[in-house]
Amino acid sequence: MPTYQQFPLPDAGEGLTEAEIVTWHVAVGDAVEVNQTIVEIETAKSLVDLPSPWTGVVSRILVEPGTTVEVGTPIIEVDVDPSGGALAGSPAGTSDEAPAAEPAAAPAGAAPHGAQAHRPHASRASEEPGGSDEVEAARDERAGGDEGSGAVLVGYGVADAGSRRRARATAPAAPASAAAPVAAPAPAPAAAPAPASTGDGDGRRHALAKPPVRKLARDLGVDLDSVHGTGPGGIVTREDVLERAARAEARTLATYPGDDQPWSASGAVTPDGRQTRVPVRSVRKRTAEAMVTSAFTAPHVTVFHTVDVTRTMKLVERLRADREFADVRVTPLLIAAKALLIAVDRHPEINASWDEAAQEIVYKHYVNLGIAAATPRGLVVPNVKDAHRLDLLGLARALGELTSTARAGRTTPADMSDGTITITNVGVFGIDTGTPILNPGEAAILAFGAIRQQPWVHKGKVKPRHVTQLALSFDHRLVDGELGSRVLADVAAVLADPAQALVWS
Amino acid sequence: MSPTGPLTDDGLVQLLTPTGERVTHPELEVWAADLTPERLRAMYRDMVLTRRFDTEATSLQRQGELALYAQCLGQEAAQIGSGHALAPQDHVFPSYREHGVAQVRGLEMTDLLRLFRGVDHGGWDPADHNFHLFTLVIGSHTLHATGYAMGVQRDGLVGTGDPSRDTAVVTYFGDGATAQGDVSESLVFAAVNQAPVVLFCQNNQWAISEPTTKQARVPLADRAPGFGIPSVRVDGNDVVATYAVTRQALERARSGGGPTFVEAFTYRMGAHTTSDDPTRYRSREQEEHWRRRDPIDRLRRYLEATGELPEVFQAELAGEADAFGEHIRTTVRSMGRPSSQSMFEHVYATSHSVVDAERAWFGEYEQSYVQHDGAEAGGHR
Repeated sequence: MPTYQQFPLPDAGEGLTEAEIVTWHVAVGDAVEVNQTIVEIETAKSLVDLPSPWTGVVSRILVEPGTTVEVGTPIIEVDVDPSGGALAGSPAGTSDEAPAAEPAAAPAGAAPHGAQAHRPHASRASEEPGGSDEVEAARDERAGGDEGSGAVLVGYGVADAGSRRRARATAPAAPASAAAPVAAPAPAPAAAPAPASTGDGDGRRHALAKPPVRKLARDLGVDLDSVHGTGPGGIVTREDVLERAARAEARTLATYPGDDQPWSASGAVTPDGRQTRVPVRSVRKRTAEAMVTSAFTAPHVTVFHTVDVTRTMKLVERLRADREFADVRVTPLLIAAKALLIAVDRHPEINASWDEAAQEIVYKHYVNLGIAAATPRGLVVPNVKDAHRLDLLGLARALGELTSTARAGRTTPADMSDGTITITNVGVFGIDTGTPILNPGEAAILAFGAIRQQPWVHKGKVKPRHVTQLALSFDHRLVDGELGSRVLADVAAVLADPAQALVWS
Repeated sequence: MSPTGPLTDDGLVQLLTPTGERVTHPELEVWAADLTPERLRAMYRDMVLTRRFDTEATSLQRQGELALYAQCLGQEAAQIGSGHALAPQDHVFPSYREHGVAQVRGLEMTDLLRLFRGVDHGGWDPADHNFHLFTLVIGSHTLHATGYAMGVQRDGLVGTGDPSRDTAVVTYFGDGATAQGDVSESLVFAAVNQAPVVLFCQNNQWAISEPTTKQARVPLADRAPGFGIPSVRVDGNDVVATYAVTRQALERARSGGGPTFVEAFTYRMGAHTTSDDPTRYRSREQEEHWRRRDPIDRLRRYLEATGELPEVFQAELAGEADAFGEHIRTTVRSMGRPSSQSMFEHVYATSHSVVDAERAWFGEYEQSYVQHDGAEAGGHR
C-alpha cells in the first residue's frame, strides 16, 4: 500500500520564517532518491537547493513555483512505498486500515509508477463510497503522526509544544474548579483524524484558539472551525476572526464571469470582486526599493540623440557570417555595448558613483557593464564583470551567458552587485526610447531604442536608412550636461560609423 | 595564488603534491616514516567517511532536521592528518568544524549533531575520547587548551620519557580566530609557561565573508615567533605533510619542548555554515581553483599510482559510507527531546543543594502540565 510522506518547508537559514518556491526539479510520477535535489527555493538570504528526505515516487506537488509559503508548510508529497502491496515492509500504522480489496488493486498498479499507484484508490472510491476518504485520512494521519513521534523538527517543533501545553491541569490547590476552565481546549491536531466525517473529506480539525479569541468569535457569530488560523502552529488569531467576520459581511460580486478569480496566482480577490491584491515580494520588492532609492536621491537628467545606424546593421550582418562569431549571438546591442565601453574609455569620469556617507566621488578603474533583463521573475540587472578588458567576441560571449543565466532565473546576487554603468534595451519591445532610471550606485544608464527604416538625409538625398534613438540618463550630482552629452555623442558616433572605433582605440 | 602576504605559497611544507606525487623533505621525512600503505588507507577511509558525514549533515539541515551545520569540506587532510598524529592520552580542544578529528578520535559521529539539532548543549562526554566539546565562541577555547596544558605540566605528565604517559594538548582554530584577543593571550601563556600545547590553525582563507588578506599582512604563522613560539606552515590539503608536521610538534610538547604554532594552509570549499551564501563574496574561479586541489583526490591519486588502493577496498569503503549515511539519517531523525531534567546535570561536578531544590521545583511545575489521559507534555519520550 502506498505510504505518503509530506515534506514541510524547512528553515534553511537561522530564524527564517518563509521562502519562495522558485523551481521544481521533479514532477508528479518522478522517482526520487534520498538527498536528490528536488526544489530550489529563495529565502531572504539566498537561493537554496533542497534535497529529498526520502526515496520514493512524487505523488503530489503541493506548492506552485512563484508562491511564498511559511516554514512548516508541506510542499511536496512522496510515496515512499510505491511498489504497493508491501504490507509487511511498510511502516507501522498502515496494516489495521488496509481494506480486503487491496490485493486485488495491486496487479492494476503493476507498473511501478507513482501516478498509477494513486489511481487504484481513486477508482475504488466510486465502487466503495468512503474509500477515498479512508486514504485521505490515512494520508493525514501519517503526515501528522510524524510530528507526534516525538522528533523535534527544528523550525516547527516549537508550535507543537505550544499546542500541547494548553491541556494544563489546574493546580493542586484548586481541585474543585477542574472541569470548567479546561473545557474549551480542543484535542491536539495530531490526535484528531477521526472526526473526518464532517464532510470535506480532508480530515477536518478543530480550531485552536485562545479563550479571548473564542469569546470574540462567539460574539461575532463566527464558526471558529471555519477560520483559517495563521498563528504559530495554526492557532486562530484575533485578526483571523475579524477578517473572517468582515468576509462574511461583504459578498463577492461576480457581475462578469471570472470576477471572483484572482488575476495572478499569488494574489487574492477583494471581497467586492473588483480587485486582485498581490503581496509585494522578492524581485518586485527589490526593484521597487532600488528605483525609489535612485529616483529620489540622484537628480536625473536625460539627453537624447537620433542616429543613422545603417553601417552598424551592415557590420552586424558581416559578423553573423563570420566563422569566428559562429557560436555567439551578434546583435545591434552588442555593438551598442562596445560603443558605450569606448565612450567610457574616452570619458572615464562617467564611470563613477556618489558616496554620500564619505562625501566623495568614486571613479571606477573597471567597467562592470549592467544589462537590464526582463525575466519571468521580474527585472534583474546582472553585469558583465571587467567588460572593458573583453574584445568583441569575448563581450558577445559574456552577454550571451548573462542573458541565458538571467532567463533561467539563476542570476546570483554576486552577478548583480558592483555594476558601474548600465544599458537598457527598450528597443526589443519596439519602443523608440525612454528616460531610464539609474541603477543605484551608478552615474549613467543608456537606453537603446528600436531600429527602424526611416527616410533620412544621406549624402544630400533622402534615402531609407536604419535609424534609432539613444537616451542617456545621468546623475547630475557628479555628471554635468557637457560630459553626459559627450558620452552620448561618442556612442552615437561609433554606431553611425563603427570604423570610428578604430580611430579611438 | 598571491606571491606575498598571508596567502603566499612560500615556505609551505609539502610531502604530497596536488597531483599525488610523493616528494621528500630533509627534516620532516623521519616524522612520516611510519606511514605504511595500511595507515594511509586508514587515513583515506577517515577522509571519505568524514566527507559523507558532511554531506549527510548538510542535507539533513536542508530537510529541516538540523537548525544549523558547519561543513569541514576541503579541510579533511588538515584534520585527519593531524588527528592521526595524536596519542590516546593527548587532549583535543576543537572549535566547531573539526568533524574529521572527531572521526579519527572514534567518537559516535551522530553525537556531534545533537548540538546542531538543538537537543543538547554538547553531545558527548569529553573524557571518553579526550575530545572536548565544540566551542562556538571564536578562539576562547585556545585559552582552555593552554590552561589544560599547564595543568598537564603541573601533573608531571610532560618529559618523563614514558611514551604512554607524556601528554600533549592540541587546539584547533581558524584564520579568523587569530585576530581575537583570546588567541593572543593563549600564545602569551603558552610561551611563558612552555606549555605542552600545539596551536593548530586551519587557515581556510575565509572568516565567514572576510578574507585572510583583510586580517593579516604576513603569513599567520609568522605571528607566533613574536611571542617566542616556533611555527611552521604546512600544505593543509596534504594529509602526509600535516601528519608529519603535527607529529613533530606534539612530540616537542610531550618531551617538554614547549608549544608550537602550526598553520595548515587549506580552503573552505563549502559555505561558512548552512546560513551562509558564499556566492555573495567570492568568485567561482577561486572555488574551482581549489576544487582541483581537493585533499581526498590527492591521497587517492597517490595510493592509486602506487597500487595501494585495490578495487575491493574502494568498493567496501563505498558500501561502508552508504551504510554510514543511512545510520546518520535514521539516528538524527529519531533524536527526541532531551529530558528537561538534564539541564541540571552538569551545573556542578558534585551535588549542590540549591540546584537540587531548583530541579525538584521544576519537576513539580512540569508535572502540572500532565494531560488528563496521562501523556506527559514536553518531556522525554
